[in-house]
Amino acid sequence: MVDFASANEPVVSPLEMPTGFHFTPSSEGTVGEGLLEVSMGPQHPSTHGVFRMDLVLDGETVVRLKPVFGYLHRNHEKIAETITYLASIPYTDRLDYFCSLTNNWAYVLAVEKLAGITPPERAEYIRVIAAELTRLQNHACMMGFLTQDLGAMGTPLMYAFREREKILDLVEALTGARMMCNYFRFGGCRTDLPAGWLEQTRQVVAHFPHFLDEFESLLITNEILMARTQGVGVLPRELAINASATGPVLRGSGVDYDLRKVDHYGIYDRFEFRVPLGDHGDCYDRFMIRLLEMRESIKILNAALKDVPEGPVMDPKIKIRNFKPKSGEAYGRIEGPKGELGFYLISDGSTNPYRYRIRPPSLINLTALEDMCIGQKIADVVVILGSIDIVLGEVDR
Amino acid sequence: MESLELIRDRILSALPQAQLEIVPNGSANNPASLRVDAAHALAVAQFLRDDPALRLDYASNVTGIDCPDVVKPEKVKITREYQGQSIEVEETVQTKIPGYFEVVYHLYSMALKHGPLVLRQRTGNRSDQIEVASLTPIYRGAEFQEREVYDLFGVRFQGHRDLRRLLMWEGFQDFPMRKDYVEPDDYEYEPTPHNEVLDKTRRHYPPEVNHG
Repeated sequence: MVDFASANEPVVSPLEMPTGFHFTPSSEGTVGEGLLEVSMGPQHPSTHGVFRMDLVLDGETVVRLKPVFGYLHRNHEKIAETITYLASIPYTDRLDYFCSLTNNWAYVLAVEKLAGITPPERAEYIRVIAAELTRLQNHACMMGFLTQDLGAMGTPLMYAFREREKILDLVEALTGARMMCNYFRFGGCRTDLPAGWLEQTRQVVAHFPHFLDEFESLLITNEILMARTQGVGVLPRELAINASATGPVLRGSGVDYDLRKVDHYGIYDRFEFRVPLGDHGDCYDRFMIRLLEMRESIKILNAALKDVPEGPVMDPKIKIRNFKPKSGEAYGRIEGPKGELGFYLISDGSTNPYRYRIRPPSLINLTALEDMCIGQKIADVVVILGSIDIVLGEVDR
Repeated sequence: MESLELIRDRILSALPQAQLEIVPNGSANNPASLRVDAAHALAVAQFLRDDPALRLDYASNVTGIDCPDVVKPEKVKITREYQGQSIEVEETVQTKIPGYFEVVYHLYSMALKHGPLVLRQRTGNRSDQIEVASLTPIYRGAEFQEREVYDLFGVRFQGHRDLRRLLMWEGFQDFPMRKDYVEPDDYEYEPTPHNEVLDKTRRHYPPEVNHG
C-alpha cells in the first residue's frame, strides 16, 4: 500500500534506479596501467545526437572503442506491431529525420512487395524525384557537418543549409511538411504534384551544380581537410563487406554495390548514372563519394523531370484503410542516402503487421567503427564518425 | 541464384548431418526460407559464404520473431458408456502447441549481386531452450543485430563475443519485443487527460490516493 504522502513522489527514486542509468565504466576487464578511459557523449556535439562511445586511450591514441546506444530508443517496432499498416508511415518519418521521403519509400516498397502491388507510372516518377532530392540535401548537409567537425565552424554548413532550404521548400510544396513528409502510400503517393512544381524543381536542380562547383572549389583541395581526412579511418574492402557496411561507406571502400543498380527497384533502370567508388576507403574517399553521388543524382533528376507522365498517382483499386495483406513475409530495401534501408514485414492476415522490422543503415555502418578508430588519435574519432553519417533517430529507433 | 531446393541438396551433400527444412512463404512473389538447426548453423553459413556459385558474403538483415505458445481447442468425438448404452459424446480437448523464437538472416552476395537467401534458426521453446548459434564468426555485420535480438527477445547466441544489451539499459529485466511483454504500470503519476494513463494509475494506486 502506498500512503498519500509518498504517492506524490516519483515511484522509483532516482537513487534506486538500475545501475545502467548512471555512467559506469564498461563491463569487461580492467583498464591497464597508464591507459585512460573516457566516455564521449551522449551530449557531445560531434556525436550528432545522443550517442556515446566508451574510449580507452593510450595518451591520445585510441586503444579500444565501444559504442553505447539506446538513449533515443522508443521501440518503434513494437509500436508498429500494434497499429495498422497505414498508421506506420508517419512513424517512419521519424527514423532518419533528414530523409523522411526515402524512409517512406522503403516501408511502402516492403508493403507493396508483401501484397503484390505495382504503383502507377506517374507515382514511380514522383518517387524517384523525391528520393533524389532527399539524397541531394542529405549529402550536402553531411559534408557541411563533417567540415564543421573538422573545425570549419559554420561556413560550409550554412552554404549546405542554404541549398537544403530550397529543396525543403519544394518538399513542403509537395507534401505539406518540410521534414515529416508522410507522403508515399502503398499503391502510389498521397497527393498529386501541385501546379508549377515541376518547373520550380527544374530551376532548383539546374542551379544545384553551381553550388557543387562552389563547394568543390571551397573544400576538396583544402589543405586542412586533406590532412585531417586522407589516410584517416581506413576501412578495408573485405572488412566493409563482412561488417555489412552499406551506402557511401561501402562504396568509399571500393565495393560496387548500389541497390539502385542491383535491385532495379522503382524505375531506376531507365536512367543513366554511374556509381562512384573510392580507392583507399579513408574519410576523404567517403567525403568525395557524396560529392560525386550528388552529381549523379542531378543526372537522374534531369532525366526524370523531363518525362513525368500524366495519369493517376494512386492505384484506385488499393484500399489503404483496413488494408489486410495475405499472410506471408517480405523484405523490401532501397538505397537510402545513408545506406541500405530495409523493412521486413510479416503479415498474419490481419490489419496490423505481425512482425515489423527496420534494418537501419546508420546502426549497422557503426559495426566497423572500432576497427576504423583503433590506432588513430582521439580527435580523428570525431572525423571518422562524421564520415559515416549517422542519425540517432535511426540508430536507436 | 540457384533454386532453394538445389542449394539445400548441395549443402546436404557437403554437410550430411545438417537438418534443413524449406519453409514456404505465404506471399507468392517473395522467396521461401531455409531453416537450419542450431548445431550446424555456423557450418552452413560458412558453406553459403565460401561456395563459389553462391558467395553470400553479406548478411543484410538479422532479426527475431516471437511465436508464443498456442492453445488450440479441438473437438473430439468420444464414445462413452452411459446406462448400459454407448453414446457418442463431443468433447473439447485443449492441445498446447509450444512456442518458439526464430532468428532470421537475409543473406545477399555483393560479389555476384544476387540474393536474398533467407536463413532461419529456431529455439526449442520460449523458456529454457533459448539458444541458437551466433553467425558473427562468419558475418561481422550480425554483431549489433544479434545483440539487439538478445536485448529485445531474449534469445541467447552461442559464440557471440560480446552479448550485451544494445538498446535497453543494463539493469533492465524483461524483453520488450516478446508478444507477452507487459509494460510496467508505475511510470507515470502526473494527472493527464489521457484516459488510458488515468485508468492505469487507478489500478496501481489505492482509491484514496486518486484525486477523483
